[in-house]
Amino acid sequence: MTSAVADAQPLQATWSDPKRYLWLFGLVVPLLPFIAYGMVELTGSGLLWWVGPFVVFVLIPFLDQVIGKDAENPPDSAIKWLEQDRYYRWCTYVFIPLQYAGLVFACTQWANGGLAFFEELGLAMSVAMVGGIAINTAHELGHKTKKYEKWLAKVSLAQTGYGHFFIEHNRGHHVRVATPEDPASSRLGESFWAFYPRTAWGSLTSALHLEKVRLDRLGKPFLSIQNDVLNAWAMTVVLFAALTAGFGLEVLPWLVVQAIVGSSLLEVVNYLEHYGLLRQKQDDGRYERCAPEHSWNSDNVASNVFLYHLQRHSDHHANPTRRYQALRHFEHLPELPSGYATMIVMAYATPIWRRVIDPMVVAHYGGDVTKANILPRKREKYLAKYGPSAEAA
Amino acid sequence: MAAYRCPVCEYTYDEETGAPREGFPAGTPWSDVPDDWNCPDCGVRDKVDFEPVEEA
Repeated sequence: MTSAVADAQPLQATWSDPKRYLWLFGLVVPLLPFIAYGMVELTGSGLLWWVGPFVVFVLIPFLDQVIGKDAENPPDSAIKWLEQDRYYRWCTYVFIPLQYAGLVFACTQWANGGLAFFEELGLAMSVAMVGGIAINTAHELGHKTKKYEKWLAKVSLAQTGYGHFFIEHNRGHHVRVATPEDPASSRLGESFWAFYPRTAWGSLTSALHLEKVRLDRLGKPFLSIQNDVLNAWAMTVVLFAALTAGFGLEVLPWLVVQAIVGSSLLEVVNYLEHYGLLRQKQDDGRYERCAPEHSWNSDNVASNVFLYHLQRHSDHHANPTRRYQALRHFEHLPELPSGYATMIVMAYATPIWRRVIDPMVVAHYGGDVTKANILPRKREKYLAKYGPSAEAA
Repeated sequence: MAAYRCPVCEYTYDEETGAPREGFPAGTPWSDVPDDWNCPDCGVRDKVDFEPVEEA
Protein backbone atom coordinates (compact mmCIF):
# COMPACT_ATOMS: atom_id res chain seq x y z
CA MET A 1 0.00 0.00 0.00
CA THR A 2 1.39 3.41 -0.88
CA SER A 3 1.48 6.15 1.68
CA ALA A 4 -0.89 8.31 -0.39
CA VAL A 5 -3.59 5.67 -0.15
CA ALA A 6 -2.89 5.11 3.54
CA ASP A 7 -3.23 8.85 4.16
CA ALA A 8 -6.49 8.90 2.30
CA GLN A 9 -8.12 6.16 4.37
CA PRO A 10 -9.27 8.22 7.37
CA LEU A 11 -10.60 10.94 5.08
CA GLN A 12 -12.51 8.47 3.00
CA ALA A 13 -14.23 7.43 6.19
CA THR A 14 -15.28 10.97 7.12
CA TRP A 15 -16.21 12.37 3.69
CA SER A 16 -18.29 10.53 1.14
CA ASP A 17 -19.16 11.91 -2.26
CA PRO A 18 -22.89 12.71 -2.29
CA LYS A 19 -22.95 12.67 -6.11
CA ARG A 20 -21.13 9.34 -6.44
CA TYR A 21 -24.07 7.29 -7.70
CA LEU A 22 -25.83 10.19 -9.42
CA TRP A 23 -23.24 9.97 -12.22
CA LEU A 24 -24.88 6.72 -13.29
CA PHE A 25 -27.79 8.85 -14.54
CA GLY A 26 -25.45 10.01 -17.30
CA LEU A 27 -25.85 6.55 -18.78
CA VAL A 28 -29.58 7.12 -19.24
CA VAL A 29 -28.68 9.39 -22.18
CA PRO A 30 -27.20 6.74 -24.52
CA LEU A 31 -30.17 4.51 -23.70
CA LEU A 32 -32.62 7.10 -25.10
CA PRO A 33 -33.23 5.28 -28.43
CA PHE A 34 -34.13 2.13 -26.47
CA ILE A 35 -36.25 4.09 -24.00
CA ALA A 36 -38.06 5.67 -26.95
CA TYR A 37 -38.73 2.22 -28.45
CA GLY A 38 -40.00 0.88 -25.11
CA MET A 39 -42.35 3.81 -24.63
CA VAL A 40 -43.70 3.57 -28.17
CA GLU A 41 -44.35 -0.15 -27.67
CA LEU A 42 -45.98 0.50 -24.31
CA THR A 43 -48.28 3.32 -25.37
CA GLY A 44 -48.68 2.75 -29.08
CA SER A 45 -47.90 6.42 -29.72
CA GLY A 46 -45.25 7.13 -32.39
CA LEU A 47 -44.76 10.61 -30.90
CA LEU A 48 -42.60 9.01 -28.24
CA TRP A 49 -39.77 8.50 -30.72
CA TRP A 50 -39.13 12.17 -29.90
CA VAL A 51 -38.31 11.40 -26.26
CA GLY A 52 -34.65 12.48 -26.71
CA PRO A 53 -35.32 16.16 -27.47
CA PHE A 54 -38.08 16.10 -24.84
CA VAL A 55 -35.59 15.00 -22.18
CA VAL A 56 -32.92 17.56 -23.19
CA PHE A 57 -35.10 20.60 -23.86
CA VAL A 58 -38.00 20.04 -21.42
CA LEU A 59 -37.33 17.44 -18.73
CA ILE A 60 -33.78 18.43 -17.69
CA PRO A 61 -34.63 22.19 -17.64
CA PHE A 62 -37.66 21.30 -15.51
CA LEU A 63 -35.51 19.22 -13.15
CA ASP A 64 -32.99 22.11 -12.96
CA GLN A 65 -35.79 24.30 -11.59
CA VAL A 66 -37.19 21.69 -9.20
CA ILE A 67 -33.94 20.29 -7.82
CA GLY A 68 -32.02 23.55 -7.82
CA LYS A 69 -28.34 24.14 -7.18
CA ASP A 70 -25.57 22.40 -5.33
CA ALA A 71 -22.43 24.30 -4.43
CA GLU A 72 -20.79 21.59 -2.36
CA ASN A 73 -17.13 20.90 -3.11
CA PRO A 74 -15.01 17.94 -2.16
CA PRO A 75 -12.47 18.95 0.49
CA ASP A 76 -9.09 19.77 -1.07
CA SER A 77 -7.51 16.84 0.71
CA ALA A 78 -9.98 14.44 -0.92
CA ILE A 79 -9.42 15.56 -4.51
CA LYS A 80 -6.48 13.30 -5.19
CA TRP A 81 -8.13 10.04 -4.26
CA LEU A 82 -11.41 11.17 -5.77
CA GLU A 83 -9.57 11.51 -9.09
CA GLN A 84 -7.89 8.16 -8.69
CA ASP A 85 -11.11 6.26 -8.01
CA ARG A 86 -11.64 4.30 -11.22
CA TYR A 87 -15.38 3.94 -10.68
CA TYR A 88 -15.89 7.47 -12.03
CA ARG A 89 -13.94 6.75 -15.22
CA TRP A 90 -16.01 3.68 -15.92
CA CYS A 91 -19.17 5.80 -15.77
CA THR A 92 -17.82 7.59 -18.87
CA TYR A 93 -16.27 4.56 -20.62
CA VAL A 94 -19.54 2.59 -20.51
CA PHE A 95 -21.31 5.48 -22.27
CA ILE A 96 -19.53 4.66 -25.53
CA PRO A 97 -20.64 1.05 -26.21
CA LEU A 98 -24.18 2.05 -25.20
CA GLN A 99 -23.99 5.04 -27.58
CA TYR A 100 -23.14 2.77 -30.52
CA ALA A 101 -25.65 0.08 -29.52
CA GLY A 102 -28.28 2.83 -29.76
CA LEU A 103 -27.03 3.99 -33.15
CA VAL A 104 -27.12 0.46 -34.60
CA PHE A 105 -30.55 -0.08 -33.06
CA ALA A 106 -31.77 3.13 -34.69
CA CYS A 107 -30.50 1.87 -38.06
CA THR A 108 -32.54 -1.32 -37.67
CA GLN A 109 -35.60 0.85 -37.05
CA TRP A 110 -34.96 3.22 -39.97
CA ALA A 111 -34.35 0.26 -42.28
CA ASN A 112 -36.97 -2.26 -41.16
CA GLY A 113 -39.09 -0.66 -38.44
CA GLY A 114 -41.97 0.33 -40.71
CA LEU A 115 -41.98 3.81 -39.17
CA ALA A 116 -43.80 6.84 -40.52
CA PHE A 117 -41.66 9.82 -41.58
CA PHE A 118 -42.29 11.85 -38.41
CA GLU A 119 -41.36 8.79 -36.33
CA GLU A 120 -38.12 8.26 -38.24
CA LEU A 121 -37.36 11.96 -37.77
CA GLY A 122 -38.14 11.74 -34.05
CA LEU A 123 -35.78 8.79 -33.72
CA ALA A 124 -33.09 10.73 -35.60
CA MET A 125 -33.54 13.62 -33.13
CA SER A 126 -33.27 11.24 -30.16
CA VAL A 127 -30.11 9.71 -31.65
CA ALA A 128 -28.78 13.25 -32.26
CA MET A 129 -29.21 14.11 -28.57
CA VAL A 130 -27.09 11.05 -27.71
CA GLY A 131 -24.45 12.06 -30.28
CA GLY A 132 -24.39 15.65 -29.00
CA ILE A 133 -24.02 14.64 -25.37
CA ALA A 134 -21.44 12.05 -26.47
CA ILE A 135 -19.28 15.02 -27.52
CA ASN A 136 -19.38 16.03 -23.85
CA THR A 137 -18.26 12.53 -22.86
CA ALA A 138 -15.50 12.76 -25.47
CA HIS A 139 -14.62 16.17 -24.04
CA GLU A 140 -14.06 14.65 -20.60
CA LEU A 141 -11.93 11.83 -22.04
CA GLY A 142 -10.06 13.95 -24.60
CA HIS A 143 -8.60 16.12 -21.84
CA LYS A 144 -6.98 13.18 -20.13
CA THR A 145 -3.33 12.37 -20.68
CA LYS A 146 -3.79 8.63 -21.06
CA LYS A 147 -3.55 7.45 -24.65
CA TYR A 148 -6.49 5.04 -24.49
CA GLU A 149 -8.75 7.76 -23.07
CA LYS A 150 -7.88 10.07 -25.97
CA TRP A 151 -8.63 7.19 -28.33
CA LEU A 152 -12.01 6.60 -26.66
CA ALA A 153 -12.75 10.31 -27.13
CA LYS A 154 -12.09 9.96 -30.83
CA VAL A 155 -14.34 6.90 -31.06
CA SER A 156 -17.15 8.73 -29.28
CA LEU A 157 -16.86 11.67 -31.70
CA ALA A 158 -17.17 9.45 -34.78
CA GLN A 159 -20.97 9.40 -34.56
CA THR A 160 -21.19 13.15 -35.20
CA GLY A 161 -18.15 13.45 -37.50
CA TYR A 162 -16.61 15.84 -34.96
CA GLY A 163 -13.25 14.07 -34.68
CA HIS A 164 -11.44 17.41 -35.12
CA PHE A 165 -12.95 18.56 -31.82
CA PHE A 166 -10.46 16.87 -29.51
CA ILE A 167 -7.59 18.62 -31.32
CA GLU A 168 -9.13 22.06 -31.66
CA HIS A 169 -10.71 22.09 -28.23
CA ASN A 170 -7.56 21.21 -26.29
CA ARG A 171 -4.94 23.03 -28.32
CA GLY A 172 -7.03 25.83 -29.83
CA HIS A 173 -9.98 26.73 -27.63
CA HIS A 174 -8.24 26.31 -24.28
CA VAL A 175 -5.32 28.45 -25.44
CA ARG A 176 -7.37 31.30 -26.92
CA VAL A 177 -10.51 31.12 -24.79
CA ALA A 178 -12.34 34.40 -24.16
CA THR A 179 -10.40 36.27 -26.85
CA PRO A 180 -11.64 37.49 -30.27
CA GLU A 181 -9.24 34.96 -31.85
CA ASP A 182 -11.16 31.97 -30.49
CA PRO A 183 -13.89 30.71 -32.85
CA ALA A 184 -15.55 28.89 -29.93
CA SER A 185 -15.93 31.95 -27.64
CA SER A 186 -19.15 33.82 -28.43
CA ARG A 187 -19.22 37.61 -28.43
CA LEU A 188 -21.55 40.10 -26.81
CA GLY A 189 -24.21 40.92 -29.38
CA GLU A 190 -23.64 37.75 -31.37
CA SER A 191 -26.76 35.59 -31.70
CA PHE A 192 -26.39 31.81 -31.55
CA TRP A 193 -27.45 31.69 -35.20
CA ALA A 194 -24.53 33.95 -36.20
CA PHE A 195 -22.13 32.17 -33.85
CA TYR A 196 -22.94 28.67 -35.12
CA PRO A 197 -21.49 28.94 -38.66
CA ARG A 198 -18.54 31.00 -37.39
CA THR A 199 -17.56 28.48 -34.74
CA ALA A 200 -18.25 25.36 -36.83
CA TRP A 201 -16.09 26.56 -39.72
CA GLY A 202 -13.50 28.34 -37.57
CA SER A 203 -12.94 25.32 -35.32
CA LEU A 204 -12.63 22.94 -38.25
CA THR A 205 -10.06 25.05 -40.09
CA SER A 206 -8.16 25.76 -36.88
CA ALA A 207 -7.92 22.02 -36.10
CA LEU A 208 -6.48 21.37 -39.55
CA HIS A 209 -4.00 24.21 -39.10
CA LEU A 210 -2.87 22.90 -35.70
CA GLU A 211 -2.21 19.46 -37.16
CA LYS A 212 -0.41 20.97 -40.14
CA VAL A 213 1.98 22.87 -37.86
CA ARG A 214 2.63 19.73 -35.80
CA LEU A 215 3.19 17.51 -38.86
CA ASP A 216 5.46 20.13 -40.45
CA ARG A 217 7.67 19.97 -37.36
CA LEU A 218 7.69 16.18 -37.66
CA GLY A 219 8.63 16.46 -41.33
CA LYS A 220 5.51 14.46 -42.23
CA PRO A 221 3.04 15.28 -45.02
CA PHE A 222 -0.36 16.77 -44.16
CA LEU A 223 -2.10 13.85 -45.86
CA SER A 224 -0.90 11.24 -43.43
CA ILE A 225 -2.48 8.61 -41.24
CA GLN A 226 -0.73 10.40 -38.38
CA ASN A 227 -2.89 13.47 -38.98
CA ASP A 228 -5.22 13.13 -35.99
CA VAL A 229 -7.98 15.15 -37.62
CA LEU A 230 -7.98 13.10 -40.80
CA ASN A 231 -7.75 9.73 -39.04
CA ALA A 232 -10.60 10.74 -36.71
CA TRP A 233 -12.77 11.71 -39.69
CA ALA A 234 -11.84 8.42 -41.33
CA MET A 235 -13.51 6.66 -38.39
CA THR A 236 -16.77 8.43 -39.29
CA VAL A 237 -16.44 7.48 -42.96
CA VAL A 238 -15.88 3.83 -42.04
CA LEU A 239 -18.73 3.88 -39.51
CA PHE A 240 -21.26 5.43 -41.90
CA ALA A 241 -20.11 3.19 -44.76
CA ALA A 242 -20.46 0.06 -42.62
CA LEU A 243 -23.92 1.04 -41.39
CA THR A 244 -25.05 1.91 -44.93
CA ALA A 245 -23.67 -1.39 -46.25
CA GLY A 246 -25.39 -3.28 -43.45
CA PHE A 247 -28.78 -1.55 -43.43
CA GLY A 248 -29.18 -0.01 -46.88
CA LEU A 249 -28.89 3.42 -48.41
CA GLU A 250 -32.03 4.67 -46.63
CA VAL A 251 -30.16 5.01 -43.32
CA LEU A 252 -27.51 7.35 -44.75
CA PRO A 253 -29.62 10.54 -44.79
CA TRP A 254 -30.61 9.90 -41.17
CA LEU A 255 -26.98 9.39 -40.19
CA VAL A 256 -26.16 12.77 -41.73
CA VAL A 257 -29.15 14.47 -40.07
CA GLN A 258 -28.31 13.13 -36.61
CA ALA A 259 -24.65 14.16 -37.04
CA ILE A 260 -25.58 17.76 -37.93
CA VAL A 261 -28.20 18.14 -35.19
CA GLY A 262 -26.00 16.36 -32.63
CA SER A 263 -22.96 18.53 -33.28
CA SER A 264 -25.12 21.67 -33.22
CA LEU A 265 -25.96 20.73 -29.63
CA LEU A 266 -22.27 20.97 -28.76
CA GLU A 267 -22.01 24.34 -30.48
CA VAL A 268 -24.94 25.83 -28.59
CA VAL A 269 -23.27 24.73 -25.35
CA ASN A 270 -20.06 26.40 -26.56
CA TYR A 271 -22.15 29.54 -27.09
CA LEU A 272 -23.14 29.61 -23.40
CA GLU A 273 -19.77 28.98 -21.89
CA HIS A 274 -17.91 32.25 -22.54
CA TYR A 275 -20.51 34.66 -23.99
CA GLY A 276 -19.15 38.22 -24.00
CA LEU A 277 -16.29 37.45 -21.61
CA LEU A 278 -12.86 38.83 -22.50
CA ARG A 279 -9.30 38.42 -21.30
CA GLN A 280 -7.63 41.85 -21.28
CA LYS A 281 -4.40 42.46 -23.16
CA GLN A 282 -1.30 43.03 -21.04
CA ASP A 283 1.44 45.55 -21.73
CA ASP A 284 3.61 42.83 -23.33
CA GLY A 285 0.91 42.19 -25.93
CA ARG A 286 -0.10 38.82 -24.52
CA TYR A 287 -3.57 38.24 -23.16
CA GLU A 288 -3.89 37.96 -19.42
CA ARG A 289 -3.96 34.34 -18.31
CA CYS A 290 -7.31 32.56 -18.45
CA ALA A 291 -8.86 33.16 -15.03
CA PRO A 292 -12.00 31.81 -13.36
CA GLU A 293 -13.97 34.95 -14.34
CA HIS A 294 -13.64 34.05 -18.03
CA SER A 295 -16.28 31.31 -17.99
CA TRP A 296 -19.99 31.10 -17.27
CA ASN A 297 -20.87 28.57 -14.60
CA SER A 298 -24.00 26.94 -13.31
CA ASP A 299 -24.48 24.74 -10.31
CA ASN A 300 -27.85 23.31 -11.21
CA VAL A 301 -27.66 19.67 -10.22
CA ALA A 302 -29.66 18.06 -13.02
CA SER A 303 -27.67 19.62 -15.88
CA ASN A 304 -24.43 18.99 -14.02
CA VAL A 305 -25.14 15.29 -13.58
CA PHE A 306 -25.95 14.82 -17.26
CA LEU A 307 -22.92 16.87 -18.38
CA TYR A 308 -20.25 15.53 -15.98
CA HIS A 309 -19.82 18.85 -14.14
CA LEU A 310 -19.13 20.70 -17.40
CA GLN A 311 -20.90 23.69 -15.85
CA ARG A 312 -18.17 24.02 -13.24
CA HIS A 313 -16.49 25.54 -16.20
CA SER A 314 -14.11 27.96 -14.51
CA ASP A 315 -12.38 25.19 -12.60
CA HIS A 316 -12.27 23.15 -15.81
CA HIS A 317 -10.41 25.94 -17.63
CA ALA A 318 -8.07 26.44 -14.68
CA ASN A 319 -7.33 22.71 -14.48
CA PRO A 320 -8.29 21.11 -17.81
CA THR A 321 -6.87 17.69 -17.03
CA ARG A 322 -8.78 17.40 -13.72
CA ARG A 323 -11.42 14.66 -13.74
CA TYR A 324 -15.07 15.69 -13.68
CA GLN A 325 -15.92 14.34 -10.22
CA ALA A 326 -13.28 16.60 -8.64
CA LEU A 327 -14.29 19.92 -10.28
CA ARG A 328 -15.23 22.64 -7.82
CA HIS A 329 -17.74 25.46 -7.54
CA PHE A 330 -16.49 28.96 -6.68
CA GLU A 331 -18.41 31.96 -5.42
CA HIS A 332 -18.51 35.36 -7.17
CA LEU A 333 -17.97 34.00 -10.68
CA PRO A 334 -20.16 34.58 -13.72
CA GLU A 335 -23.14 32.36 -12.96
CA LEU A 336 -25.93 31.72 -15.47
CA PRO A 337 -29.52 32.04 -14.25
CA SER A 338 -30.09 28.31 -14.71
CA GLY A 339 -28.54 25.07 -15.94
CA TYR A 340 -27.00 24.74 -19.40
CA ALA A 341 -30.03 22.74 -20.63
CA THR A 342 -32.35 25.64 -19.80
CA MET A 343 -29.91 28.18 -21.22
CA ILE A 344 -29.69 26.26 -24.52
CA VAL A 345 -33.38 26.84 -25.06
CA MET A 346 -32.90 30.52 -24.23
CA ALA A 347 -29.94 30.76 -26.62
CA TYR A 348 -32.16 29.65 -29.51
CA ALA A 349 -34.49 32.58 -28.73
CA THR A 350 -32.11 35.48 -29.46
CA PRO A 351 -34.27 38.40 -28.17
CA ILE A 352 -34.84 36.70 -24.81
CA TRP A 353 -31.15 35.78 -24.51
CA ARG A 354 -30.15 39.38 -25.13
CA ARG A 355 -32.64 40.78 -22.66
CA VAL A 356 -31.52 38.42 -19.88
CA ILE A 357 -27.80 37.83 -20.46
CA ASP A 358 -26.48 41.06 -22.02
CA PRO A 359 -27.14 43.09 -18.83
CA MET A 360 -25.42 40.31 -16.84
CA VAL A 361 -22.29 40.66 -18.99
CA VAL A 362 -22.28 44.43 -18.50
CA ALA A 363 -22.87 44.03 -14.74
CA HIS A 364 -20.00 41.54 -14.57
CA TYR A 365 -17.70 44.26 -15.89
CA GLY A 366 -19.02 46.76 -13.34
CA GLY A 367 -20.95 48.64 -16.02
CA ASP A 368 -17.91 49.05 -18.29
CA VAL A 369 -19.08 47.41 -21.51
CA THR A 370 -15.77 48.20 -23.22
CA LYS A 371 -14.18 45.37 -21.20
CA ALA A 372 -16.45 42.79 -22.86
CA ASN A 373 -15.76 40.75 -25.99
CA ILE A 374 -18.12 42.67 -28.29
CA LEU A 375 -19.08 41.58 -31.78
CA PRO A 376 -17.20 44.17 -33.90
CA ARG A 377 -20.14 45.09 -36.14
CA LYS A 378 -22.36 45.69 -33.07
CA ARG A 379 -19.74 47.62 -31.12
CA GLU A 380 -21.16 51.10 -31.70
CA LYS A 381 -24.64 49.91 -30.86
CA TYR A 382 -23.56 48.32 -27.58
CA LEU A 383 -21.46 51.32 -26.57
CA ALA A 384 -24.48 53.55 -27.21
CA LYS A 385 -26.78 51.26 -25.24
CA TYR A 386 -24.55 50.37 -22.28
CA GLY A 387 -21.63 52.84 -22.48
CA PRO A 388 -21.01 55.76 -20.11
CA SER A 389 -22.94 58.20 -22.32
CA ALA A 390 -25.98 55.91 -22.15
CA GLU A 391 -25.86 55.99 -18.35
CA ALA A 392 -25.72 59.79 -18.32
CA ALA A 393 -28.73 60.04 -20.59
CA MET B 1 20.05 17.79 -19.84
CA ALA B 2 17.45 20.10 -18.35
CA ALA B 3 13.72 19.70 -17.80
CA TYR B 4 10.92 22.27 -17.68
CA ARG B 5 7.54 21.89 -16.04
CA CYS B 6 4.15 23.39 -16.87
CA PRO B 7 3.04 25.38 -13.79
CA VAL B 8 -0.59 24.25 -14.22
CA CYS B 9 -0.64 20.53 -14.89
CA GLU B 10 2.91 19.41 -14.13
CA TYR B 11 3.55 18.17 -17.66
CA THR B 12 7.33 18.10 -17.92
CA TYR B 13 9.42 18.68 -21.03
CA ASP B 14 12.64 16.74 -20.60
CA GLU B 15 15.31 17.56 -23.20
CA GLU B 16 16.52 13.98 -22.99
CA THR B 17 13.21 12.46 -24.13
CA GLY B 18 11.83 15.48 -26.00
CA ALA B 19 8.17 15.35 -27.12
CA PRO B 20 8.18 13.21 -30.28
CA ARG B 21 4.44 13.51 -30.96
CA GLU B 22 4.82 17.29 -30.87
CA GLY B 23 7.66 17.16 -33.37
CA PHE B 24 10.53 17.53 -30.89
CA PRO B 25 12.60 14.34 -31.05
CA ALA B 26 14.60 13.08 -28.08
CA GLY B 27 17.52 15.41 -27.42
CA THR B 28 15.81 18.57 -28.74
CA PRO B 29 17.11 21.44 -26.56
CA TRP B 30 14.53 23.66 -24.88
CA SER B 31 15.87 26.64 -26.85
CA ASP B 32 14.72 24.96 -30.10
CA VAL B 33 11.13 24.78 -28.87
CA PRO B 34 9.22 27.82 -30.22
CA ASP B 35 7.97 30.40 -27.69
CA ASP B 36 4.35 30.07 -28.77
CA TRP B 37 4.30 26.33 -28.19
CA ASN B 38 1.83 25.59 -25.42
CA CYS B 39 1.54 22.79 -22.93
CA PRO B 40 0.34 19.71 -24.84
CA ASP B 41 -1.61 18.38 -21.85
CA CYS B 42 -3.57 21.36 -20.52
CA GLY B 43 -3.14 24.09 -23.16
CA VAL B 44 -3.35 26.72 -20.40
CA ARG B 45 0.28 27.91 -20.38
CA ASP B 46 2.89 28.65 -23.07
CA LYS B 47 6.53 27.68 -23.23
CA VAL B 48 7.62 30.98 -21.67
CA ASP B 49 5.63 30.17 -18.52
CA PHE B 50 7.35 26.82 -17.96
CA GLU B 51 9.56 26.52 -14.90
CA PRO B 52 12.94 24.78 -14.82
CA VAL B 53 12.89 21.61 -12.75
CA GLU B 54 15.45 21.68 -9.95
CA GLU B 55 17.99 18.89 -10.05
CA ALA B 56 17.28 16.50 -7.19
